Amino acid sequence: MQEKLISEFPETLSVRKSIDGILAFNCNKNVLLRVASRLRDEYEFQVLTDLASIDMGVDAGNSRFGAVYHFYSHTKKMYVRVVAMCDSSESPTLPSLCSVYKGADWLEREAYDLMGIVFEGHPSLRRILMWDGYPYHPLRKDFPLAGKEAPLPPTFEGNEDATSVIPAPEEGGPFHSPNTGVRFASEREPRSVEGGLETIDNI
Amino acid sequence: MEYKEFTYPEPAGLQEERIGEKMIVNVGPSHPATHGVLRLKLELDGDLIVRADPIVGQLHRGQEKIAENMTYNQFIPFTDRLDYLAPLCNNIAFAQCVEKLANIEITERCKTIRIICCELSRIASHLVGLAAYAMDAGSWTGFMYCFTQREKILTLFEELTGARMTSSYARIGGLARDIPEGWLGRVNSFANQFLPKLDEIDNLITRNRIFVDRAVGIGVVSKEMAMQWGLTGANLRASGVASDIRKDVPYLGYEDYDFDVVIGVNGDSYDRWMVRIEEMRQSIRIVRQAIEKMPEGAVSVANPKITLPQKDGVQRNMEDLINNFLVITQGPDIPEGEAYFEADNPKGALGFYIMSKGGGVPYRVKIRAPSFVSLSAMQEILPGHHFSDIAVILGSFDFVLGECDR
Repeated sequence: MQEKLISEFPETLSVRKSIDGILAFNCNKNVLLRVASRLRDEYEFQVLTDLASIDMGVDAGNSRFGAVYHFYSHTKKMYVRVVAMCDSSESPTLPSLCSVYKGADWLEREAYDLMGIVFEGHPSLRRILMWDGYPYHPLRKDFPLAGKEAPLPPTFEGNEDATSVIPAPEEGGPFHSPNTGVRFASEREPRSVEGGLETIDNI
Repeated sequence: MEYKEFTYPEPAGLQEERIGEKMIVNVGPSHPATHGVLRLKLELDGDLIVRADPIVGQLHRGQEKIAENMTYNQFIPFTDRLDYLAPLCNNIAFAQCVEKLANIEITERCKTIRIICCELSRIASHLVGLAAYAMDAGSWTGFMYCFTQREKILTLFEELTGARMTSSYARIGGLARDIPEGWLGRVNSFANQFLPKLDEIDNLITRNRIFVDRAVGIGVVSKEMAMQWGLTGANLRASGVASDIRKDVPYLGYEDYDFDVVIGVNGDSYDRWMVRIEEMRQSIRIVRQAIEKMPEGAVSVANPKITLPQKDGVQRNMEDLINNFLVITQGPDIPEGEAYFEADNPKGALGFYIMSKGGGVPYRVKIRAPSFVSLSAMQEILPGHHFSDIAVILGSFDFVLGECDR
């Protein structure tokens, strides 16, 4: 299988040294998406089981950041490891595999959050473990173990026990609606009228 | 005895015409149905969920960063805090991964003890999962039955490891200590009394009309969907995929044990309950076989660069003292390379990816947390259900936020 897959992607896919018995490939990031869909459709690797972002150190130049993908086949009962490196250490990018494996969604968000790799084509690339607006990527090798001072989310400033929700107004709110004959809460509720809460993305 | 087949009418809400008014509801992060600090942002149409966005990370401790700054053995107590309902499984999965990287073959006795630990942990974890699930569906009694049994397992663990939950029992290349005198007998008598008690739990909940009504047909996950999202363990098997890492990519010598892979048919919340109940029976089978074959011998490999020497030797001879000092201060000597290992934990496949540049400290540790993956699928599973189904669906997936947020 190893030779067959490599012959499909000459010069962009090569054998990677492996000491744990898992088939391993080095992959150019430009063909990663095609390799993944070939693995899923042709070689029966139905699952993207893990995505580990890696940082090869500040001295590694442009091939500093990368990602190690592990695919698993429920039919062949084996793993495959594919390693793709980014080509820039300033703004590392990789193609998103969300269109091939839905499970890539959160794994890519995690790699973006902690390592700062931008996955192009991801439907909603947001931070997942750290909070929105956190300025650093903590798993990078130049980030100190002790952490760095970072500003807290705006709703927490000066009010440490506050939750980050918008308080309901005392009058006209969802719990105090006077019976005015208006059918929809969106017509009585002042916050909705202002058009602030159309979808969950706005909160 | 003949069972009357239930027929289920379509839930009333689905037949109603929706008025199209959207409401945003925030569940959690501190809510009894979310089993920890999970927050759900939901977009509701009446009480029908239109969109769901689970927000995790409230329990994030940066364990992967911490792991890069300590020796392999020092990280084992941190693995206790991943899935804190089955800490022994996590200890063992991490040790197995490092051993795979260093190509160490552990002793037969160590393997057998590890299997007993893993399977007892699986029972303990499933009991908590089912207890919380039953309670979410309205049965407080089921909770009490499960926790009584789990307490007995924790007592066994306390005797074995010195702690009920933060066990830290595995070591690279072996175990912290051998099993205590007479422990296997007590495990055996636990197993003997457990099966009838499990039948009681089964009888109490599995055909309970209230529970069945709330769980059947709710949270259906098809085979394709389960594989697309990367679900593993009992959640995957409930969807009808006969995949068990213990059988398919055997570790610890699981290939020598006789047990069945339990699968569901419909992939709904009810099947996830049934699969977990039956898996506990299979675990008892494995435990009994392990007790039967328990080999004699050492629990740790005799490799002075990897494992600690015997305490007796450290106090008497210079060589052992030096080795003891080196392993403690510099960590086990692990070669350069990378390894990925997945263990079939109670919550799903717990994977460790370790990249090493040699020496006693890992260069990069990535933890593949099954709960993280299960929760990521919620954005597709929850929409289309009623608000009141959330408790049952979340309960049936049996996740732990300590592992999800790491």
